Amino acid sequence: MINGADTAWMLTSTVLVLFMTLPGLALFYAGLVRAKNVLSVLMHCIAITALVSVLWYAGAYSLAFSGSGPLVGDLSQAFLIGLERNAVHPGTTIPDTVYIMYQMTFAIITPALIIGAYVERIKFSAVLLFSGLWIFVVYAPVAHWVWGGGWLAVMGVKDFAGGIVVHTTAGISALVVAVALGKRDGFPQHLQPPHAPWIVMVGAAMLWVGWFGFNAGSALTAGGDAGMAMLVTHMAAAVASLTWMGIEWARYGKPSLVGTVTGTIAGLATITPASGYVGPFGALVIGIASAAICYGAVQLVKLRFKIDDALDVFAVHGVGGMTGTLLTAPLMAVELGGVGYGDGVTMTSQFVVQVIGVAVTLVWSGVASVILVKITQSLVGLRVRHDVETQGLDLTTHGEAGYNLAFGGTGQ
Amino acid sequence: MKFIVAIIQPFRMDTVREALNDAGVTGLTVSEVRGYGRQRGHKEVYRGAEYTINYVPKLKLEVAVDDDKAEEISEIIMRTARTGKIGDGKIFVFDLQSVLRIRTGEVGPQAL
Repeated sequence: MINGADTAWMLTSTVLVLFMTLPGLALFYAGLVRAKNVLSVLMHCIAITALVSVLWYAGAYSLAFSGSGPLVGDLSQAFLIGLERNAVHPGTTIPDTVYIMYQMTFAIITPALIIGAYVERIKFSAVLLFSGLWIFVVYAPVAHWVWGGGWLAVMGVKDFAGGIVVHTTAGISALVVAVALGKRDGFPQHLQPPHAPWIVMVGAAMLWVGWFGFNAGSALTAGGDAGMAMLVTHMAAAVASLTWMGIEWARYGKPSLVGTVTGTIAGLATITPASGYVGPFGALVIGIASAAICYGAVQLVKLRFKIDDALDVFAVHGVGGMTGTLLTAPLMAVELGGVGYGDGVTMTSQFVVQVIGVAVTLVWSGVASVILVKITQSLVGLRVRHDVETQGLDLTTHGEAGYNLAFGGTGQ
Repeated sequence: MKFIVAIIQPFRMDTVREALNDAGVTGLTVSEVRGYGRQRGHKEVYRGAEYTINYVPKLKLEVAVDDDKAEEISEIIMRTARTGKIGDGKIFVFDLQSVLRIRTGEVGPQAL
């Protein structure tokens, strides 16, 4: 039966999660690139939002959430055939329509996260083709495994809001695309810094707020579970922000804004899988661990391996999501303020399941992304010409400039 | 007449302008410019990665003065723009061939 309070909260959560992408993530990423590419990043975000919405309707939702196969759903709800206005989504107290919309916002933000890896050098047609294929080949199956009654759900994996489904899939795929595309001209020695750190903060702030819909909304009810998820989400974000800020302050003598908000996002991504299972103490541990581990991962990927995952999607989202998924096992213990384990489940056995979930998702998403990149490359090409990259994607690809400030905007 | 071009630290501009105003300078032009001298650029750190900023933001100050005032004005700019640290900038003085006020058509020193 439909519950009004639950439905109201889920309608709100749906809005919050879409707000994370539009414009939260869009601004977060837009501020980090150079001024000549600011529009291209915003364009990637809105285009992916629209494209994934249509694909979700066409069949991606059905593949993720219909049918009971272990690996992938079926197409019985393709084009949302038979959707009834007042149907209750099975196992919940909210309308099917709201559930479909809510899950759609997750499907939107996940390929949008990958944008951070390929900014400033990818062909726009490649963005659309890769993202569209990716929704069917990576997102829908993995969402089915974990949330749609697939084999990982049966095994008892704990991923409350998307440490595996969202952040691990996006993170490893981002790394694959970054390697396939190659480095931006000038990386790592001669790059220009982010063109507008203040926009990065505005976007991160929207993500922080929107994340309450992501995590507390994943309770699918308006009750104690949502309340605790909101509390631990907020605490992890706060602790991670301070931790990253402290690391930079100690190392470079300056607490930077970009670093602090990167810590915020690391904390949020890491608490995501755990948010329905841990208590405030778990959030504290996750907050500290996420910033420290993701900070190290950024250095490793960029400085050591010299992979131009431009906006650190793998190091922040991927590593964060995986860390949180693994930490969920110990931190959900009742003694640590968590919800405890199911019948016959121990901390160790839960941990093993979490490792399997992360590992299989890594392999599947990674291998699938390699193939999708090849397909994309052969059909439309991946990377823009060198002179296009130099001039920037805004003017060359979209025919617009992000900033027309010269001469006081009086023309010229 | 002389044409004085000074490249200065942006945050010294107010002090320089007040001093020039007190010395009777009736007009000047300022633009935001970027460049480097012996100071070279500087480094900024984002997420642990160092970015080399080759060109440092400066202000370019342009002022035209009568021959007999050129030395005094240059000296005022030097004194007020100076912090004593590297990166204080430079002053260039050129001979100025002619000046023409667009509104009135006045030519020469009275057009300054």
